Amino acid sequence: MTTTVDDHAEHEALVASPPPSGWRRYLLGPGWIRAAWMTALFFGLGLGLVVGIRWLAGWDPIFFWEAIITVAALVAAPVGFLAGLGAFDYWVAWALGQPTKPEDHSGHGARSWTDYFRINTDHKVIGIQYVTTTIFFFLAGGLLAMLVRAELARPEANFVDPQTYNQLFSVHASLMIFLFVIPAFAGLANFVLPLMIGAPDMAFPKLNALSYWLLPIAGIMMLSSFFFPGFGAGWTNYVPLSVDEPYGNVFFSMAVQWAGASSIMTALNFLVTIITMRAPGMTFWRMPLLVWANFTTSLLVVIATPFIAGSQFFVMFDRVLHTNFFEVGEGGYPLGYQHIFWFYSHPAVYIMILPGFGIASEVISTMSRKPIFGYRLMALSLVAILILGFSVWAHHMFVAGMATWLRIPMMITTLLIAVPTGIKVFSWLATTWEGRINFSTPMLWALGFVSQFVIGGLSGIMLGAVPIDIHVSDTYFIVAHIHYVLLGGSLFLIFAGIYYWFPKMTGRMFNERLGKLHFWLTFLAFNATFFPMHIIGVQGMPRRVYTYDPQFGNWNLFISISSFVLGVSFLIFVYNMIVSWARGARAPANPWRGMTLEWQVSSPPPLFNFDEIPQVVGSPYEYGVPGARHAVFNGDREAAREEVRA
Amino acid sequence: MRAGSLIRVLLVALLLAAIATAVAIFVPWLPDNASEEGARIDFVFWFVVAICIAIFSVVASLSVYSLVKFRAKPDDDSDGPPVHGNTGIEIAWTAIPLLLVLSMIVVSSVALAKNDRDPPGSMRVEILGQQFAWTVAYPPPGAAQDTDGFICFNPQSGGDVDKRCKSSPILVLPLDRHVRLHLTARDVIHSFWVPEFRQKQDAVPGLQTEITVTPTRTGNFPFICTELCGLGHALMRSRAIVMSQSDFNAWLRRGVRR
Repeated sequence: MTTTVDDHAEHEALVASPPPSGWRRYLLGPGWIRAAWMTALFFGLGLGLVVGIRWLAGWDPIFFWEAIITVAALVAAPVGFLAGLGAFDYWVAWALGQPTKPEDHSGHGARSWTDYFRINTDHKVIGIQYVTTTIFFFLAGGLLAMLVRAELARPEANFVDPQTYNQLFSVHASLMIFLFVIPAFAGLANFVLPLMIGAPDMAFPKLNALSYWLLPIAGIMMLSSFFFPGFGAGWTNYVPLSVDEPYGNVFFSMAVQWAGASSIMTALNFLVTIITMRAPGMTFWRMPLLVWANFTTSLLVVIATPFIAGSQFFVMFDRVLHTNFFEVGEGGYPLGYQHIFWFYSHPAVYIMILPGFGIASEVISTMSRKPIFGYRLMALSLVAILILGFSVWAHHMFVAGMATWLRIPMMITTLLIAVPTGIKVFSWLATTWEGRINFSTPMLWALGFVSQFVIGGLSGIMLGAVPIDIHVSDTYFIVAHIHYVLLGGSLFLIFAGIYYWFPKMTGRMFNERLGKLHFWLTFLAFNATFFPMHIIGVQGMPRRVYTYDPQFGNWNLFISISSFVLGVSFLIFVYNMIVSWARGARAPANPWRGMTLEWQVSSPPPLFNFDEIPQVVGSPYEYGVPGARHAVFNGDREAAREEVRA
Repeated sequence: MRAGSLIRVLLVALLLAAIATAVAIFVPWLPDNASEEGARIDFVFWFVVAICIAIFSVVASLSVYSLVKFRAKPDDDSDGPPVHGNTGIEIAWTAIPLLLVLSMIVVSSVALAKNDRDPPGSMRVEILGQQFAWTVAYPPPGAAQDTDGFICFNPQSGGDVDKRCKSSPILVLPLDRHVRLHLTARDVIHSFWVPEFRQKQDAVPGLQTEITVTPTRTGNFPFICTELCGLGHALMRSRAIVMSQSDFNAWLRRGVRR
């Protein structure tokens, strides 16, 4: 929208201190070496702080390891790591009054693979960093799920002890939610969104880099909770159980803070980018639906995420500071935790699906060669889900013991939210109607999503009806439902997005045959794994158990075997991605013949996305309209203006 | 849409509805019901399932038809017709689902209101959850129906059993009698569930939660904890036994004398 004219001359006069030479450059310059020693240094500072305070106060023991790990390892050391890597260099220099170089683009863009392991301000690099990191944690979380299924293959306890089992499913869920689905969508949008709105980058590139580097910290914290047993209360971490758990529970409480901070920063970045950096002519009603989806998602994130941060701080404070938020004998209120927790965690399920809705709209419209059906209603239904999404949290608590009357308004809003969601499903189907449907890999994933989401949505309607929920609450029916919406929903859409934009991200085409094989294997194994869970849930099998009634044995064996096939199917994906990235055929700029802006630049895009700022002249979905353009570049602007008037 | 394609879509829809109905009928879903409240929950369950089958068949048949009929020919690079929307259809697919969910809301609310009451003359039974066992307590006959505040498990004292109450590790209930279960927990949150009764309610430390069960069938049913409560959660399983009123009276006397 506005072109910033940088006061170049003024800054060039201020010459930054010359870069240190030789060994000092390696030791003191931003990078992994400085990150290593600064992590150790900050750990030491944290340790000194705890020991010093305890010594001054005369508390015994002075070396109290739980306090030291909480302060030094979970708070101080990550800050040191980020500082060492260089996440704060610019801001620190600015705060100290040292000369800064706004036009220094040395940390922008990837010239070699090592640039992906640095603080990088290029949204395209950050997007790829996000996607690959989240895939890593997806595979780790999937491995944990395999172990859960190995234990459940037979009814009796036979493979892991109860503490390990509880940690397996708790860390599985936490990784999938906080380190995979939420940041994977953020990563895809990071890459695509600035391109789609015709911006050279995100509004705050340095903040963008920082928010990415918080993620590995959160992920490593979640995984290392295995070395400090105690995070076995489920990802919901309900009190009083979580406060009673061994010390390791703190790892979850703190990992959520790091991941949540990352989410909030990214969401703020998206909001400011979407509001202020759209190309000329890109009105709100000309934005692609992916941009709309991320706009509403970001609003959800900035409003809701502080609530889970608060809930986990309360749990941690009850443990380490001996506050009494939830301690019953001391006037605490366990249901209070659930209200705060779900006030985030219900909107969180929309945070985990709305960006995917955007991907589905892009892919289905392009691959059907038709405009998206009911564009405005599609955008408005996102807004409706955003608003209603904040009024349904207590449907997770129908049997929790809250005021009984509260269940009725919560049921009404919960079932009403099915209406805008239904509108979206019907509109996608109407988009395919009379189209020229191209069953490419991204389209298969998007259509697979629609079919699975219909099933997940219908089981969601059943759960919304309070009497049914009373029977199936906390059973495998719930497990089936969440996997139909989060695996059949979000995961399928993440794959749709990755396959769809893989050519744009890497400049190479993936192997279409392997992509289709991956889809069909995942699709069949997914249904074989999760559909039977509906049955055993209704029949009476509770969730989160390592041993169960033998009457459910046959179904569970079938589910476990299917789940291993499901696990194997993702190896095809990993193989396809690695080999295609290295040796795939060169991708053209616009392999899918899309109309949105990211397809109007080369694959991969230029360093600053657009060599000239595009002028948006129409809707992004004008397939089938002769001569229609979404945007024009300088050369043919005059001609396009005529077309728009016509 | 021409008449020919409409008939084809209808045929696919009927076929899918038949398959879905077969899955609903021939797969043993709900365990045999054993309570009055469960019958109402079952009604809501099948009411919603019927609507879901209808929605599923319509959506699935239209998608199958669309995906088969409108697939692009191998070398077809043309675009589809530039249809941007259709106000009539959009209003229809907003209004019809709205009516369907409103009907579910009404049916659910009625069932819930009936199941939630504490019927006059109900018998009070108290249940305490603790890691990892259930304790059921039966107030003495005189105190069972009064509301002067007598309770077997005092939530404030961490749930010690009053000595005048009969306590039992299994839940024994008389047939055809309204029973009001009062639940609490000693340490962490547990959840009461007897799948044959359908009714479920969390037992929360520091709170008294209530739920009504009216057994309609004698038998021996699983009685399990469904809220993750720690390492022994999976083993927190007991039994619920429903017997005739006279057998129940005899069982109750036996315990009190002991």
